[in-house]
Amino acid sequence: MEPHLSINPVSDIEALFSYPFMVNALEAGTIVAVMAAMVGWLMVVRRESFAGHTLSLMSFPGAALAALVGWPLVSGYYVFCVGGALAIAVGGEGGALSGGHSAGDRRARGRRERTQESAATGAVQAGALALGFVFLSLYGGVLEDLETLMFGSFLGIDSAQVLTLGVVALVVLAGLALAGRPLLLASVDETVARARGVPVQALSVAFLVMLGLAVAATAQITGALLVFALLVAPAASAQQLTARIGLGLALSVALAVAVTWVGLGLSYFTNLPVGFLITTLAFLVYLAARVRGRAA
Amino acid sequence: MGGADPAESAQWAVEMSDAAVRLGGSEIWSGVDFQAREGELVAVLGPNGAGKSTLLHVLLGLLAPSKGSVRVLGGAPGAHNEQIGYLPQRRVFDETTRVRGVDLVRMGLDGSRWGVPLPAVGPWASRARAARARVQEAIGQVGAEEYARRPIGECSGGEQQRLLIAQALVRRPRMLILDEPLDGLDIPNQVAVTALVQRICREQGVAVLLVAHDVNPLLPYLDRILYLAGGKALAGTPEQVITGETLSALYGTPIEVLRTADGRMVVVGHPEGHHAHGPRHVLG
Ligand SMILES: Nc1ncnc2c1ncn2[C@@H]1O[C@H](COP(=O)(O)OP(=O)(O)O)[C@@H](O)[C@H]1O
Ligand SMILES: [Mg+2]
Repeated sequence: MEPHLSINPVSDIEALFSYPFMVNALEAGTIVAVMAAMVGWLMVVRRESFAGHTLSLMSFPGAALAALVGWPLVSGYYVFCVGGALAIAVGGEGGALSGGHSAGDRRARGRRERTQESAATGAVQAGALALGFVFLSLYGGVLEDLETLMFGSFLGIDSAQVLTLGVVALVVLAGLALAGRPLLLASVDETVARARGVPVQALSVAFLVMLGLAVAATAQITGALLVFALLVAPAASAQQLTARIGLGLALSVALAVAVTWVGLGLSYFTNLPVGFLITTLAFLVYLAARVRGRAA
Repeated sequence: MGGADPAESAQWAVEMSDAAVRLGGSEIWSGVDFQAREGELVAVLGPNGAGKSTLLHVLLGLLAPSKGSVRVLGGAPGAHNEQIGYLPQRRVFDETTRVRGVDLVRMGLDGSRWGVPLPAVGPWASRARAARARVQEAIGQVGAEEYARRPIGECSGGEQQRLLIAQALVRRPRMLILDEPLDGLDIPNQVAVTALVQRICREQGVAVLLVAHDVNPLLPYLDRILYLAGGKALAGTPEQVITGETLSALYGTPIEVLRTADGRMVVVGHPEGHHAHGPRHVLG
């Protein structure tokens, strides 16, 4: 199978869809793009990009551990991304929890909590990378398909994996649908949310777990190193283009899906890693959005 | 006061008796006895760090008193928060906050609900329309129509404050709790926001508890004052509280209360006051 880009786009696209692995990749890519775009939009609003970035790196120790103990790589992604989310949540709220609800000045507290959270996030990030190298050296050598692991591939996504991705996406999207409004209120205005009875702390942990799940899912397409692009670029571009909530989410999804499809298509024809292509496209979209956002 | 029916207006919006609060092991204030009726306009005054915001947190049920009893709108603190519009101490949204003012006001209406908003079609169309109309109305009340559709981060401090007041108003609350609503506003905006709050209080019988630094611009409108300083509180009507002796004792610095020829009062030498040198606001 040696793909060639012909002059006829219709036959090119037909060629794409004639391979089951490509259909799987497109399905998986679409699922992942929708989830990453929506979770990413909230991540940007919540200013938790650092946590998102840290969780993206979790795929590396996750995959290394999975290889070491002989599990499928994907299970390592999920274990480490969700575990990392919980570690960030616990580390970030340790101070707040020990201070208990007696803490008074909620603004100062919010600031303290945030500093604590980013320090905890940094620690989790460093620890995860260190663990990854430990697992890798214990494994004794180079991970097979290291490039795939790091930069993604459209090959080898089977229908079982697509199904798993679909289930994970359903869980995450259902969570967002249920908690979206209180989560947004808590993100924009924590004190008001507390006064209105929103369980701010529980929601913040729940969101980090959703972020972890989205990252673990996305890493299967883009590779561990380039997850962050699909998580942050469409969302940030959408926010540049509109301040409307519904439209912003829709734009974020549309851009993520478009970038993923084009990235997968180009990857098929060029043999460049799909994660690299998606990242490049997402970055270009973000640049264009910034230029437009400035001009508007 | 307030003009609602007598049974309603006889109710207490806030009742505190011998209340105290502790934060991080130290007592912030104690022995607070204070009542305010529904429909009254109350100022909470005192120097920085006196525990004014803390008092509001206690009233909202975010913080339990360490001693004494506190009741709000006839229930335990926090029990009736859906009937309270709350403006926390000044938050400034910078230009990276990409949410429109109108969406922020909408969050005041149903932002704490679970589940997705109902679509504006079919059987839900009229409810969706009513919600939108209510948001528009609140925006109109604060005169923010012009900039409500801009991202909040691109609005000026005064514009942001008005939108946040609209957010506090949008559920037609029985009580407004405003933490330093005038802070950071220029004089015209201070005057406008004061007039707005006073109008809502009088016309709709909403109890208003607002934290302020400078009493003078508010003096003509206040029904009651609660002073916090040095861990103690002093409460009463302006005539009771605003005297040279009580204020000097409370603040520990000489404060004069002047009376103009027609009997109005001006506080001079107020440590927090910005108009101490040239007071123009007097009590009627
Ligand atoms: N978590 C805390 N632990 C101990 N003291 C606190 C805490 N939070 C606030 N305080 C203190 O409580 C006092 C009252 O604060 P606050 O209610 O914000 O004052 P105000 O609103 O009157 O300026 C301040 O002296 C502040 O330092
Ligand atoms: Mg305060």
